[in-house]
Amino acid sequence: MHPALQGLLTIAFGVGGCVGYFYLSNIILDQVIFPARGKHIARNIRRANIIRPWLFLLPALLALGLYLAYPVFETLRLSLTERLPGGGSTFVGLDNYRQMLGEDKFWEALQNNFLWLLVVPAGATAFGLLAAQLTDRIAWGNFAKSLIFMPMAISFVGAAVIWKLVYDARPPGTEQIGVLNAIYIYFGGDAAQQWLTIPFWNSFFLMAVLIWIQTGFAMVILSAALRGVPEDTIEAAIVDGANPFQVFFRIKLPQITGTIVVVWTTITIVVLKVFDIVFAMTNGQWQTQVLANYMFDKLFRANDWGVGSASAMVIMLLVSPILIWNVYNARREMR
Amino acid sequence: MNSIAGHKSGLTWALHISVVLLVGLWIFPTLGLLVSSFRTADQISSSGWWRALFPTEQNLTLRTAPPGTQTQIGDLYVIEGSLFDANSGQSAVISAWGTSARDISAYQPGEQGELRKGGLLTVQADGNYRLESNTEISGKRGPRVFVTAVVPPEFTLKNYETILISGGATDNMAKAFFNTLTVTIPATIIPILIAAFAAYALAWMEFPGRALLIAAIVGLLVVPLQLALIPLLKVHNEIGIGKGYLGAWMAHTGFGLPLAIYLLRNYMIGIPRDIIENARVDGATDFQIFTRIVLPLSFPALASFAIFQFLWTWNDLLVALVFLIDSTGETTVMTKQIVEMLGTRGGNWEILATSAFVSISVPLMVFFAMQKYLVRGLLAGSVK
Repeated sequence: MHPALQGLLTIAFGVGGCVGYFYLSNIILDQVIFPARGKHIARNIRRANIIRPWLFLLPALLALGLYLAYPVFETLRLSLTERLPGGGSTFVGLDNYRQMLGEDKFWEALQNNFLWLLVVPAGATAFGLLAAQLTDRIAWGNFAKSLIFMPMAISFVGAAVIWKLVYDARPPGTEQIGVLNAIYIYFGGDAAQQWLTIPFWNSFFLMAVLIWIQTGFAMVILSAALRGVPEDTIEAAIVDGANPFQVFFRIKLPQITGTIVVVWTTITIVVLKVFDIVFAMTNGQWQTQVLANYMFDKLFRANDWGVGSASAMVIMLLVSPILIWNVYNARREMR
Repeated sequence: MNSIAGHKSGLTWALHISVVLLVGLWIFPTLGLLVSSFRTADQISSSGWWRALFPTEQNLTLRTAPPGTQTQIGDLYVIEGSLFDANSGQSAVISAWGTSARDISAYQPGEQGELRKGGLLTVQADGNYRLESNTEISGKRGPRVFVTAVVPPEFTLKNYETILISGGATDNMAKAFFNTLTVTIPATIIPILIAAFAAYALAWMEFPGRALLIAAIVGLLVVPLQLALIPLLKVHNEIGIGKGYLGAWMAHTGFGLPLAIYLLRNYMIGIPRDIIENARVDGATDFQIFTRIVLPLSFPALASFAIFQFLWTWNDLLVALVFLIDSTGETTVMTKQIVEMLGTRGGNWEILATSAFVSISVPLMVFFAMQKYLVRGLLAGSVK
């Protein structure tokens, strides 16, 4: 069957199935199990209303449970076991973690991840803040914003191609077609540099791609926050003789720290999961490995589920403080 | 800040210029890809794309017409014509030329030069040439001529033709395009439906454990999907789905749900209580309230999430690699194909740029058409 047809059928089946499930399950509940008639009418309605929320929630809970909650525990289990040849597995305790900690590539990935965690959220937030503030009150601000926001729609893979062209290097004597090398030569550089193969610094060239993508996100959120800063506080500062920089750093910035933290943590999570950019641009060569790509290598190239799962647990561990903090805040807000 | 005291016009100029610089910096890389996708391989490798908009001086290697076209005039064998006619029909102004690769600017236009294999060649600035020889000119192809010429900007749609229609198996993206579409559309619609019902229950129905569930969903928002790869691949293999569209749709649904439920619940909770209470008093069931009142009112939130999910599934690589693409490669998606091209055709920028642009053009269109909803969704969706 043609995949497009299969897709259409799935849409029809999936959508029809969902609607049918919700509709029929409600009818059965109201008409058959607890009919709203007879001598127990009040009790029946009450009971139906106790069950109904779970009917609404059931598909979502099943999907969430299977696709997000169960894997956390299963990955934990896998990270403590070793697959045996010919199927089955055996409990090996912390052996996988021990093996992982003994690998140079793991430490390289961890080190790079921390570098990414320091640079990317800071860079994206700073550029986002700059863009938000600069475009705030100019006539074509919205147009400018939408152009800076645009990379958000571009896939990491697409961005990888775009930036590989920027970093492209040609042999000496020929015209440089990568912008970076063209500028480098123009300002007196001797030969074109293979930017992505220079250890340590190449990680920064990869980070630039993510900063480029995430700045738009930071800008949109921070721009809304800047607009929310009470006008009278700004006017009061100007009347007192504050210059624009003082207004920004002393008046506006302190009032939007909460939003900056939100933006920062959201980008932090993106960074922890970053995979496509490294996979497409260097595949972890020249000391650019990061955890998510290391994990992919272990799982699908080395076929080592134990160590792969162990490194996935490391990513989970790094995410957990943010997870706990978010849950804590959400619960506080609900009260 | 026009109405505020202390306003300086110099500062306004600085402001405008810095915004122009910032925007320029941000669109410059993408612009490079777009411009490159309309250039030929020769053009891309001979000059930076930023020069494509202006006439450029290029070193071209051209050939005269083949010896088969020579005519005999008296004692002389002659080939005449224009260098540019025989080679792609472009027009340019020649500033220097040569007959050997070691000295490509040996002669000025109008001068007469000697060919290594014998014969005299004259090349004019407009590309017209005359090749004379005392003996019959042999060989299959005409002798090479190296010219330095100022070539006017020229763009071509040929790359797009290669990528979309005529290219070979590794270059043609048409199939991957439809595969991507096949993954994306069900993977966008199904989670919306499931999430909408769940969000309604979490927003407007009373039941024990509701607060706990909401907290759990906020927690699941940040769980890295890396954790799910192996366990779910195992599950898919055990229940017989294996690798394929069904698995990819289900995976995208599962991974998209926390954000969908979170966004929709936050929006639905803002619907005025009166509307829903009145409907209840009038005897509407929850199912009716949901389909007739809440769902239509939640359209902006539904649109926001639909855009997120669409962009995410269209741009995804990891889920496709793990759950969709099997060893036959029949179900490959565009992101995967581009990664492969980056490996095998690293230097063929005309192919790479065009395929990348084909793959990002759809999300870009969605982005510019529905930016309003995207922004609204971002503002509602970032966990506070």
